[in-house]
Amino acid sequence: MAIITQASFATALRDETAPVPHGLAAWNGEPSPRRFAVYRNNVAASLRQALAERYPATERIVGAEFFAAMAGVYVAKHPPRSPVLLSYGTDFAEFLAGFEPVQELAYLPDVARLEAARGNAYHAADAAPLAAALLAEIDARYLEEAMLLPHPSLCVLRSPHPVVTIWEMNAGRADAQPIMEWRGEDVLVVRPRMTVEVHRLGAGGAAFFTTLVQGRPLGDAACAATAEADDFDLTAHLALMLASGAFTAIRL
Amino acid sequence: MKASHIEVLRLEASRLPRRAGVGFKPEHFLAIDIEPQPVGFFEVHAENYMGAGGPPHAQLARLRADYALSIHGVGLSIGAMQPLDRTHLARLKALCERYQPESFSEHLAWSTHDTVFLNDLLPLPYTEETLAVVAAHVDEVQTALGREMLLENPATYLLFEESTIEETDFLADVARRTGCGLLLDVNNVFVAATNHHLDPWAYLARFPLDRVREIHLSGHSETVDDHGAPLLIDSHDTPVRDPVWSLYEEVIGRIGPVATLIEWDNDIPEWPVLRAEAEAANALLLDTVARQVA
Repeated sequence: MAIITQASFATALRDETAPVPHGLAAWNGEPSPRRFAVYRNNVAASLRQALAERYPATERIVGAEFFAAMAGVYVAKHPPRSPVLLSYGTDFAEFLAGFEPVQELAYLPDVARLEAARGNAYHAADAAPLAAALLAEIDARYLEEAMLLPHPSLCVLRSPHPVVTIWEMNAGRADAQPIMEWRGEDVLVVRPRMTVEVHRLGAGGAAFFTTLVQGRPLGDAACAATAEADDFDLTAHLALMLASGAFTAIRL
Repeated sequence: MKASHIEVLRLEASRLPRRAGVGFKPEHFLAIDIEPQPVGFFEVHAENYMGAGGPPHAQLARLRADYALSIHGVGLSIGAMQPLDRTHLARLKALCERYQPESFSEHLAWSTHDTVFLNDLLPLPYTEETLAVVAAHVDEVQTALGREMLLENPATYLLFEESTIEETDFLADVARRTGCGLLLDVNNVFVAATNHHLDPWAYLARFPLDRVREIHLSGHSETVDDHGAPLLIDSHDTPVRDPVWSLYEEVIGRIGPVATLIEWDNDIPEWPVLRAEAEAANALLLDTVARQVA
């Protein structure tokens, strides 16, 4: 009588070409690949589904069928290492960057990065953002030295592609239309309360917020932004800094 | 033996209301939240609430304030022939401490091998060896959580030649050794019995019904195996089927009203459809009470 180890069961589950472990049978004692296929399919399909739920715009761009095949390759190479699937597939963008069949869609990994950031923000710890009216109460002399504590959900992404525009068109937030001017877009993702917000950043904005996230003072952030873009709009970015709820505390 | 007996006595008992409950789906939150629902409790999958914050916790906290709660784990891999994942057990403990559910349950199945999570409830052979491992794992979970857990019978598609113990006896033995309660999934009984050409009524006759603290009801789909024999899939994507309702009536007729969950996890309908399923179960539970009184 065959003893089936869970190691051999698991191997056969993950490899569709592997034979069904000997010693598993239907009620009549006959081997039944179709019965074993139920388990195989449950494992593969549920993990592909988990990725599709996390990366809906990416799926929309390549199509459901292509996405499922691509997700299948990812799942085989990078099976989850935790029963908590909320964070499964965080490195999907890196996989896409190296996945030969999508090399022509150079922007695809950045769309996936944006979706990953949104998912992370959705599940991040809750924290009350700074009051939007705070700026008016601070003596301008101290502002330059002020340091800010980023919201746990905050993420700044930079892309040489119009990543937000592409995402919006494939997330049902904007009508699909040809992109006339192919310009890079930087983005700030944050969930100040219960809704994940995506803000397109103006020139120098990514440098500004990235510097703040590093724990450096506002003055440094403004310098970094201006060094990158002479047309950096400090007033607009100070307003966004508070209105977006991207920070939870200020140290003067 | 004495020491473990004392341990069992200190566990917090499962105490769901003896009414119908519904598996909570976030898409139903607004419909549920707008008015009081004829639902005794909600059940959630533990692993969906293991993020740090955000809408999942906000919704669960809101539901928790108004309803009894069952936390149902799907990833602890109690039937694995390797040690339990202590990190995951700690997450479950934190979740139970945060929400103080009326019940915690898990499956007689495995889902992790080595460090790879397979995201399905996989079957195990029923032998003296696997019985000892499962009982030790259940014991470890109950000790860690400080509460009685419920162990659920699986829906299975294949049989192990090496099995030497009936599933019903296996569950009875785990319950006897650990003091755990049982979660009787009546749909799983019907699915597995059909798949293995067994009589579901005979299965129920052998089942340790005195240990049942909760019942699961759900739908299944139908296909055939390589030999043209019926193969039912535990798909949770349809209303509860008639033969499953019949088995359910038989069970509550014998043991009286018990917390009963409607599970619907795929092709999820609008909230009123689920609520109607719960109301149908509630009506049967009330009938049982009426007959007991009469």
